[in-house]
This record gives sequence, structure tokens and C-alpha cells, in this order.
Amino acid sequence: MTHPSEDRSRTDPSKTERAILDDAEMARVVRRMAGELLEREPDLASLMLLGIRTRGLPLAERIADEVERMEGVRLEIGALDITLYRDDLSTIGPQPVVRGSELQSPVEGRVVVLCDDVLFTGRTIRAALDEVGDYGRPKAVRLAVLVDRGHRELPIHADIVGKTIETDRDELVEVAFREIDDGEWVRVLQGRGGA
Amino acid sequence: MSEGAARLIRGGRVVDPSQGIDGTFDVLIEDGKVVRIEERIEAPDGAEITDAEGLVVTPGLIDIHIHLREPGFEYKETVGTGVVSAAAGGFTAVACMANTAPVNDSRSVTEHILLEADRHPYARVYPIGAVSKGMAGEELAEIGEMASAGAVAFSDDGLPVMSSSLMRRAFQYAQHYDVPVIQHAEDLDLTGPGVMHEGEWSTRLGLPGIPGAAEDVMVARDLLLAEDTGGRYHVAHMSTGRALELVRLFRARGVNATCEVSPHHLLLTDQAVSDYGFATCTKMKPPLRAKADVEALIAGVVDGTVDCIASDHAPHHHDEKDVQFSAAPFGIVGLETTVSLLLDRLVHAGIIDLSRLIELLSTGPARVLGLEGGTLTPGSTADITLLALDREVTVDPGSFRSKGTSTPFSGWNLRGVAVGTMLAGVPVRLP
Amino acid sequence: MNETLRWTRKDLLGIAPLDAPEIELILDTAESFLEVAERPIKKVPTLRGKGVINLFFEPSTRTRSSFELAEKRLSADSMNVSASTSALVKGESLLDTATNLQAMSPDLIIIRHQHPGVPHMLAKRLEAGVINAGDGAHEHPTQALLDALTIRRNKGRIKGLRVAIIGDIEHSRVVRSNIQLLNKLGAEVTIAGPRSMMPAAAHALGATVSYDLDEALEGRDVVMMLRTQLERHKRSLVPSVREYFKLFGLTHARLARAADDVIVMHPGPMNRGTEIASDVADGPASVILEQVANGVAVRMAVLYLLSTAATGAAPTAAGQSDKEPHAGDGAHRGES
Repeated sequence: MTHPSEDRSRTDPSKTERAILDDAEMARVVRRMAGELLEREPDLASLMLLGIRTRGLPLAERIADEVERMEGVRLEIGALDITLYRDDLSTIGPQPVVRGSELQSPVEGRVVVLCDDVLFTGRTIRAALDEVGDYGRPKAVRLAVLVDRGHRELPIHADIVGKTIETDRDELVEVAFREIDDGEWVRVLQGRGGA
Repeated sequence: MSEGAARLIRGGRVVDPSQGIDGTFDVLIEDGKVVRIEERIEAPDGAEITDAEGLVVTPGLIDIHIHLREPGFEYKETVGTGVVSAAAGGFTAVACMANTAPVNDSRSVTEHILLEADRHPYARVYPIGAVSKGMAGEELAEIGEMASAGAVAFSDDGLPVMSSSLMRRAFQYAQHYDVPVIQHAEDLDLTGPGVMHEGEWSTRLGLPGIPGAAEDVMVARDLLLAEDTGGRYHVAHMSTGRALELVRLFRARGVNATCEVSPHHLLLTDQAVSDYGFATCTKMKPPLRAKADVEALIAGVVDGTVDCIASDHAPHHHDEKDVQFSAAPFGIVGLETTVSLLLDRLVHAGIIDLSRLIELLSTGPARVLGLEGGTLTPGSTADITLLALDREVTVDPGSFRSKGTSTPFSGWNLRGVAVGTMLAGVPVRLP
Repeated sequence: MNETLRWTRKDLLGIAPLDAPEIELILDTAESFLEVAERPIKKVPTLRGKGVINLFFEPSTRTRSSFELAEKRLSADSMNVSASTSALVKGESLLDTATNLQAMSPDLIIIRHQHPGVPHMLAKRLEAGVINAGDGAHEHPTQALLDALTIRRNKGRIKGLRVAIIGDIEHSRVVRSNIQLLNKLGAEVTIAGPRSMMPAAAHALGATVSYDLDEALEGRDVVMMLRTQLERHKRSLVPSVREYFKLFGLTHARLARAADDVIVMHPGPMNRGTEIASDVADGPASVILEQVANGVAVRMAVLYLLSTAATGAAPTAAGQSDKEPHAGDGAHRGES
């Protein structure tokens, strides 16, 4: 599953870029996140990573890879598509494609770790919590994000954060994963306002 | 123009197929009659002058198949609105069908229509009486009474005469009055629940079809009966190539048969029902037919088999037509679109010349019904239509004088239009 | 999946106006909705607060309940209006009925009517999106879509498949929608039935026409049987059920002519012993119950796509959310 890449090749001269992480730094950050997770949730059997589509899923896989390298245990991974739980379906422009959620086993009694690339307003996580609730009653739900860029609109915070950055509200945080994109980085794009 | 006064129509292109005239002439009218047509006529003292330079002067156009809806359906059309619509469309005379309420099956209804026509002198009205009492298709109506009151032909139009024996008797009896029997040729048994032509498009749209054979079977039967009885037969709104072929065949055998076609059957096919998205302005009887039928009808228009073109002006109330396709009544209006459609699509398109069109709209219909008119020969009543051949118009149902507005030609840009009519030499001024 | 394609139509009136990518978008979306039926709570909040009216002028238990379930699973507020309770029986015009319903501001109206073109007429007049749930013998787009989903899930593709549709072709909306859809996706369709049940110009439907069941079944990958309502027609099209079954009834023996991995479909409700023998209907080749399950997912997809159709309104920068197509969606940025 890949995203159309025309957006990536289109360079807007009005936008300036600010690099946050390169690929090596990203790998280090994810390794640290995996370590934090093990520290917080030592009962590996109860853990279930749920990657929020699209770029929460590769993050979940990277974390699982690191855990496996450290502990020799492969965590269970599922995919969550929150499209059907969005609160802005009627106000957004282009209609999001529904790709579906895939959970390997029931969430009952598990510690579910929601994984996403960027934490911003918190609305995605609100939708994800609603959706997880419709699958059952987990023992606990945690949140792991690669980047926390602030500007929350809901009382939501992440348990595990890769990198906290300062942004303006109208900036864009761009996260690229090799599986999906043509490289691996985090950067901030400015000048979105007025676009 | 006062009685006895003269009028000179000056400098127009006079087209009168009855005399083989097509050229620039002056036309002198006195006492409501054509006096002479010459290249240059000095205006007599006191004559009114009509400057017709750049216009076409033709014998008054006649539509022998319209529905005036009065009595009984005045909400759809009245004699008054109908004749104004006719005049606006360039017609000096119309013949109206009998499917009113009560049906025009008696002298009193015929007289009522003529009385209303006298009150609205915008075009001449020739009533057509019903063949059967109440159009029930069982007993002959009082054809003689109606004929003597002014009915010029007999038809149960709207419905066919299904009974073969009744049709045969009508052919026999109508000869006493030398009037034609006009048939709405449709075998209702074959039509069944049909709402459009049975063919490619009814198949695709899943709509019940009216087979072409429903018309052909009826025309064939009627032609055989006309042959046996020597009756005068006229096929209304002919829509299939095969029916036309039958008329051709039986005429060659000496049968007294004539036929008319309607503009929509010459210009649209059954595909319109799909193209217009089930719009009820594509629903009429007979239905819009297949391309092959349209081509055959046009060939008949060109080669002379078709005697006349009639609009089958069939107004309905907006609310009646503004429903789902299956529930809508059959019929569209035509008086105010016929002339422009035919000038643009037949004459300017080079399919027929102007003289042939005037034959189809004036000389031909007069001959079919034995009416006065259809000619500008000296001594004939000066019913005249004036045409502007190159004036461009856009069909706008909102501007129709008819109460009916349902037409598939809305928005069509057409070149050529009727700009005025005269009855007995007097210009008709619309109210 | 073509992820750049977005649904832009207000209505779903038929298969005829759709192109192949639009059809595939519906099918792909429906695949995602299938999973909802497997959840402990088979309901998502997607269409919360949306009003949907099921306006059925013709009795239909199957299609109506399928739509109703789809609406409920998407959390829409749905209301059923059927001909027996509608004002139509009291002489109100169809248009008046519809405009009165419009005055209640529904987002979508699902229409089933016995006459072709009714949804098309109403769609032109109503602000609400209109979904054709069957108009006479014209179209039944959601049936064709659920059939396509069923074929795709069983065969992995539609392109190149050989499909036979058997029965009363003339009176079937299912066949008209299916032929168009299957042609657009590259299948090869044969229709077969008694000559008296073929429309005047059967070839115009875009399928090979056969009057022989065995010939039509030969080597087919998919066989669709149509419901045959012999009793419905005043004008008898076939003398008796017994004769029909002998000529065109699908039996185990006759099905042997089809491909080894043939699937048998039926839009329902079935007339066992008229068009299909019980051993075929309940046999291993039958996917008839899958069709029913897929029907709910397809209708959810259609409801979702129509009610979130791109109206041309771009999101404001301030309305940017985490998963807007989408700031937080990383490299997939800036589609505002």
C-alpha cells in the first residue's frame, strides 16, 4: 500500500523546510521508544501494538522489531483505520479512502498500545479510542507517537514520545518511512498558511 | 382592412406549390380574395401595403391534426388559446380532434367548437367528428349530422377504431358525405402496457415497448377494408417505415389513401427517451421510433408518399406531464415549433426545398381534407403565411401561447420562423 | 486500489453512468466494510446524525432490510416509507411525496419503484442524494455491485471471466445492471432464457444471446440465475413451471457443463424447482448466502461514499486535524 507521491515531488518555493530527524536519528529514537515500552509494560504477552493507518503502522512494526531484537519476542501487531470514526467527515475536502482495520485477536484484557507518527490535535487518538472500544474492553490503552508537535484540542497525552517539537499551528510535520515513502525522515514545512 | 379595400403584399418571395410559383412577386388582394400575382403591381388607391421584402409569402399553413381540448379539458387548452397558438406558429387553419368531454360525436358539440372558433378569429377551425359514439368503438356516431354542421373528417384519434366491422362501416357510410376516415393506427392488443417504441432503447431502459407492428397491423387492415369499400382513408401521425410502405403499395392498387407524419417522428428517435433521462416530453403516441423508421419517413417526405405534416399538438397540463415517465399522459405540443423545426432541419438542411415544405404544410393538408385554401390562385381566399427564412430563434416553452409547454425541442436553436399570418387578406394580430 | 480517486456523484442511479474506477472504488470500499460485520460491536459512528429515508413503492423485504442494516451499522438515522403507508394511495403525486420528504432534510433517499426512471426524475428535483434500489426492469445498481464483490472475492478478479445470466431477461433489472458492470470490468457475458422472456432487442444489452441453457452454461466461470415470476405476468410467457424448469431450470447435471470451479449466484428470493434445483442452491458451488452478506457491505460503501462525496469545499487551515489527508499523515501532506 503506497500513497500517491505527487505531493512529494511537487516543491512549493513558498515553503521552507526544517529538518528534525534523519534516518539514523529516527532509528535511535525508535530504539529508545521500544526501551521505554519494555520498562513500562514488562508483561510482553499482554501487549498488542495497534498502528493507526497509514504511518502509525510502520512505527508499530519498527517498535516490534526493536523489542524482538532486545527480548526475542515478537509482539502482536494490528492495524487501525480510524476513517469511519472521524468527526470531520462532512467538513474535510477530499474523501478519505477506507482501508479497514485488521486485528489479529480480541482486545479483551490486553494492554493496547496505539502507535501513530504525529500527535497534533488529538482527534485521531479520540477516534482510535472509540474504535478500540467497539472491539472490546482492553485492560489498558497506551499511546506511543514518534513526534509530538503540540496544539492539542482534546485532553490527550502520549505515554511514549520519540521527539517533542515546537511548531506553528499552520506548519506541516512530514514523516517519511522507507516502506511507504522514498526515504526516512521527519521535517517541518513552513508557509502552509494561505495555501 | 375594411370590406372591399385592397391590400398589396409587396416584394416577397412567393412560394405556391399549387401553381408552381417560386419567385419575387407582388400579391394583390381585394375583398379578401387573391386578385393577381405579378412581378410589379401598382397599388390601387387606398390599398394598404404590406412590405414583404426579405420574407416568404405562402398560402396559409394548415395543421390538420391538433387537440383543442374544448369542451371538457379547458385546463389543458381551449379553442381560444389553441387558435392563438396556431397563429403564433404560422397557421391559418387547424383541424381539431374529437377526443373531448363530451366527445365530439354530435352536431351540438361540433357547433359549440365552431361557435368558440368564431369568438376567437385567429385561425380557422375545422372540427373532426368521432367515428363512434363516445369514441367507444361500438356504434357509428352521427357522421351526417356532424358533417352538415361543419365536421370535415372523422376519427376516434387518441384511440384506434379497433373493431374491423365498425371500421368497414365507417368507410362505407362516410362516402355519403365524401369525408375521409382518419385512423390513429394502433393495435392496442399489441401495445399492451407499452410506453415507448419497442426496440433497442426500450430494451436498455427496461420500459415496456410498443412494437412498430402495432401500427403496421392496423394500417394493413384498414387499407384492405378501404380497398373493399372504396372509402377515403387517412393515416394520422404515421410513425413506421413499414406502414408507409403499405400505403405506397395500396395506393398503387388504386386505394384512396393518404398519410401524415409529425415533426417529432422525423427529427427524433427512441434514443431520446434515454438521452433526455426519461423526460416525459419524449412520451407520445405513436412513440418516437427507431432510426430506420425515421429514415424511411424522411424518404417518404422527399419522394411524395407523405401527403402532409401535422403537429399532433396535444397539450396537457404541466402537473400531468410533471410526473414519472410511466404515469405521464402521451402527447406534446407542436403548433409553435413545427414551422421553425421543418425550415431548419428539412429545408436549410437541404433535404427538401421550400416549395415541397409548403406543399406538406398547406397544399397537401388542404387536399387531404378537401378544405378551401392551400393555394394563392386568383379568386381563392387570401389566407397567407409570412416566413422569415433566416431569422434565428430558440425554442422557449415559456413563451408559448398554448397552455401546453411539453416539448422535446426546448432550447433548440433554429433558423427560420413564421412571422405573421393573414386571414382573408387581414393580418392576424395576436391578443 | 486507486487512492487518488474520490467519489463525486450526488446520486447512484445506475451502473450506466459509472466508469470502471468508480465501480472499483465502491468494491474496494465495500471490502473494508465487510470487516465491520465481524466485530463484537457491528456498528461504526460514521454516519451519525445523517438522515436516510428508505422509500419503497414496491414490496421488497430483502433489499430494504439490507439497506436498513447498512444504515444502522453506519449509525445513520433511517426511516422507512412504504407504498402502503405513503400518501400515494390517497392520490398524492410521487413528486409531492418526495418533496415532502425532502422538506425533512434527509441526506439520502433510497428509492425502489416499479417503473423505470423514477429515481432519475426525483434525483433531479431533490437535494438529497438518491440511491436507486431498483426501478422497474431498468437498473438495480447495488445488486450488480454486490454480485461483482461476490465474484471478485471468489475468483480474485472479474476481468476475463465468462459469466452466464439465465432466466427472464426482459423483466430483470438485475441483468441490465450486471451486464453493464461486468462489461465495464472486462468480463464476457452470455444471457439465456426462453424467447418469450427476451426483450425486443436483446443484443442491445451488450451480451451474447442464447436460447439454450446447455449452450449458455458451457465452460462458464459464473452462473447467475434470475428470479422467475411466472405468476406475475398476466400475459403468459411460458406455459407452466414444469415446462420452464425442463427448459431453463438449473440442475446439478446441467451445471456439469460449466467450469469445474463455477460459482452459482441468485439475487433472491429463489423459486426452488422453478429456476434452480435445491441441490444446486444448497450445493458447494452456491455463493448465494455470501451475496447477502456482501450486499450489506456494498450498501454501506455506497452510503458512505455518497454521504461524504467531495462537494468541492476545501477544508480550512484551522480545521486541520491529525488525520486530515492530513497533517499528521506525514509525507502525505498538504492536499487542502
